Amino acid sequence: MSIPFRDRPLGMFIADFVANPYAVIGLAGLVLVIVLALFAPWIAPQDPYDLTQLDFMDGNLAPGSAGWTGTVYLLGTDDQGRDILSGILFGLRTSLMVGASSAFIAFALGALVGLVAAYVGGVVDALIMRLVELQLSFPAMLIALVLVAILGTGVDKIILALVLVQWAYYARTIRAQALVEKNREYIEAAHVLQYSHSRVILRHLLPNCIPPLIVLVTMQVAYAISLEATLSFLGIGLPLTEPSLGLLIANGYGYLQAGRYWLSIFPGLALLFTVLSINLVGDHLRDILNPKTRRQ
Amino acid sequence: MAPLLDVRGLEVTFPTRRKPVRALQGVDLRLQPGEVLGLVGESGSGKSVMARAIMGLLAHPGHVSGGQILFEGRDLVGLGPDEMRALRGNRMAMIFQDPMATLNPVLRIEEQMAEALLAHDPRMPREAVRARCLEVLRQVGIPAPEERLRGWPHEFSGGMRQRIIIATALLNRPALILADEATTALDVTIQAQILHEMRVLCEANGTALVWITHDLAVVSGIADHIAVMYAGRIVESGPAGQVLGDPRHPYTRGLLGSIPDNAQPGSALAQIPGLMPSPADLPRGCAFRPRCDRAGAGCGDATPPETKAGDRVWRCLHPLNAEVPA
Amino acid sequence: MLAFLGRRLIQSVAVLLVMSFLVFLGIFAIGNPVDVMIDPAATPLERETAIRALGLDLPWYQQYFAFLERAVAGDLGRSFVYNEPALDLILTRLPATLELAVAAMVMAVALGIPLGLWAGLHPGSWLDRTIMAGSIFLFSMPTFWVGIILIMLSSVWLGWLPSGDRGETVSILGVPFSFLTWDGLTHLFLPAFNLALFKLALVLRLVRAGVQEHMSSDYVAFARAKGVSERRIIGRHVLRNILIPVITVLGLEFGNLLAFAVVTETIFAWPGMGNLLIRSIQVLDRPVVVAYLMLTVVIFVLINLFVDLAYSALDPRIRVGGRA
Repeated sequence: MSIPFRDRPLGMFIADFVANPYAVIGLAGLVLVIVLALFAPWIAPQDPYDLTQLDFMDGNLAPGSAGWTGTVYLLGTDDQGRDILSGILFGLRTSLMVGASSAFIAFALGALVGLVAAYVGGVVDALIMRLVELQLSFPAMLIALVLVAILGTGVDKIILALVLVQWAYYARTIRAQALVEKNREYIEAAHVLQYSHSRVILRHLLPNCIPPLIVLVTMQVAYAISLEATLSFLGIGLPLTEPSLGLLIANGYGYLQAGRYWLSIFPGLALLFTVLSINLVGDHLRDILNPKTRRQ
Repeated sequence: MAPLLDVRGLEVTFPTRRKPVRALQGVDLRLQPGEVLGLVGESGSGKSVMARAIMGLLAHPGHVSGGQILFEGRDLVGLGPDEMRALRGNRMAMIFQDPMATLNPVLRIEEQMAEALLAHDPRMPREAVRARCLEVLRQVGIPAPEERLRGWPHEFSGGMRQRIIIATALLNRPALILADEATTALDVTIQAQILHEMRVLCEANGTALVWITHDLAVVSGIADHIAVMYAGRIVESGPAGQVLGDPRHPYTRGLLGSIPDNAQPGSALAQIPGLMPSPADLPRGCAFRPRCDRAGAGCGDATPPETKAGDRVWRCLHPLNAEVPA
Repeated sequence: MLAFLGRRLIQSVAVLLVMSFLVFLGIFAIGNPVDVMIDPAATPLERETAIRALGLDLPWYQQYFAFLERAVAGDLGRSFVYNEPALDLILTRLPATLELAVAAMVMAVALGIPLGLWAGLHPGSWLDRTIMAGSIFLFSMPTFWVGIILIMLSSVWLGWLPSGDRGETVSILGVPFSFLTWDGLTHLFLPAFNLALFKLALVLRLVRAGVQEHMSSDYVAFARAKGVSERRIIGRHVLRNILIPVITVLGLEFGNLLAFAVVTETIFAWPGMGNLLIRSIQVLDRPVVVAYLMLTVVIFVLINLFVDLAYSALDPRIRVGGRA
């Protein structure tokens, strides 16, 4: 315990991370986004989906204007008098929820499949990996479109579609990692001790395959958010009752030509800010966790 | 006779963030036309830097920070990039260590050879270019050169590739060839063969050769003169037979001791203890002192001055088998 | 060469079979194929007749073979909305999409290679740092969002370029193209640029990394030692090596462009097959979706085949049919 904190693995990791200003900015942005999303109902000036709180008299206000009752709408309102700032906060909540949950479910599913493929090997492995390769040879966007076309729309359907799009990336990554780990001494030791297969897979193999996956999860959350926004923008994503950022942008898009830019520009900036923050963190995590680019 | 190459007090510096690093300091080297010089040293001794400095190919931000490189009577230091380019591959050529990496994998042999001619004479007719390529390929012993010329690098073995590279170096009948560990990556038998061929080719063409290697045994058979480098300086030089048979510098003796042929059967190969210091932090005085069993008074004070005796030069205060000059 | 082509064709057919089976299975697993293949607005009698005609009362594997049989004959069902063969509907819109994708690819390459070369040859310069920072920014911007910004900047505020439709077109062999008229070009520019940006960032990073890797290689040092000029070293030796990964990636990314053309076409009201797909999904015109999917699979298989051939033409080390 006499090793100074900065020389222990976690300490070194943090020191590496903080060394890059972009990564720190990204992390700060990410924390901000998460806090805003989590506490949206308490932070937002109004509940944009409670019709009793909307005032038609305050419709179509430009950013910073005061409404009928004197309320100032920082980012303006839409034609129903809905506060854009509140809409963004609630939309952020939905976007993050859908993006994160789909990434994590896909992670669990992909990890399980990848581990089993690596552990069992043989025909099972070959079959699974063929399927993975087949799916990965098509763009995620296309697969998402097809899945949505087959599944239909709705929060659960979109999450399912995003999971089915993403699982293959995890399966491939974790299988490659597990194949390396599989032949290490500690796994052989576990076999000698006659631990059950599930115990070896979950308690021994999985934890050692995690580091490269952290980066993948980060990037995939960003990608899932972006993909969901795209689908919602196209009108084939989330339903109107669960407006994510993509849907807000789509709704405002029609008014862009009429000069009411705030309806879609502000939700768009929120989306960009979120995805960029996650990517900055992920990009730097990759550099730190990659032994090849890691500083000495 | 005027020397072909006369390097005087050459100094090469690599600026780094902390402080400039001297990769070469005060190096003197002389080469007569047609002479074969073995330049020997461990990796990091500065022998490759030396070759690149002469060729004007020092990797940025390394540069010549002092001294002269007189080649055919002209000082190469300060020559413009176009003038240097006109000399490279023309009057002087260089051969690199790894024949697998020296040829561009996606260009045909013919193109890679022809460009060495066309770079110096863009108007040379196609047939003449081809004829010259075939001629040098025959000289280095490539069978069926017409067919080989159309081939790709990956179709050849390492030894064949190095022959092609040597042939390419010979294209413009250079006065000087610098070979940097040119056979190190090859099998021992092919290594010996190529060494022998190089010697014959250079003699036939009157080309001077600088053979750079970490392995004294390699140059012992072909070199007229030998220069031993340590930590950016030449520590001993002289006629090959004398340097090999009767070394003055303890480092040269150490290098000889690690050649299997010279060892007593059954005995362990003699090794020089320790590692060569990095040019970034050299010890005070003689750079070899920390590894030297003869180190004594004065060795830690300053870099030992050159001692000259006939053709031989060494930098050591306590040389082997020599009267210490008064 | 022929053996290689034959092997690849067999592989391609296998991929097609698997994909068709998966799509078929997907439709079966999720819902009643009756809902997929028959217009929900049909009367009960029409439904009955259609079920018979399409063989939807048969066991699923027989249906699959029937589906395959019809697919091979080019019959991928009829659109409920347009009441036309779904495949014809898509094929008439294919040229517009291809034109858009090719234009985007040309832009990405024409800008990405020189910028990447420059950045790779001058690492650490301000332009290099700007380019690298900009590329992560580009990677983070969803295509549709960039499209909106482009429309806003160019059309709404600056009033420069039109943002919708294909503009004036010229027919070649009965197929209309926009790039041959000035009006068409102005209509093509924004959507193509939108689609190109992401690929531009990709090409740029690829070329930059390649330049840095190859400029420090031994063969470049040897070329310099031969007296070859820097211009020729970069333009012939290095570029030839870099083009191999660039062409491979671009070939594979061309498929991605087609997929993302869906987004761009929707934003810019470009009458391509992606636009059609979105509308078909929105109104549940599923035969069109199935036909789109099958056609895309065919296009993908063809692209992969083409990339393999281009790859072996560029890299002598894996030249097929040649000496190994």
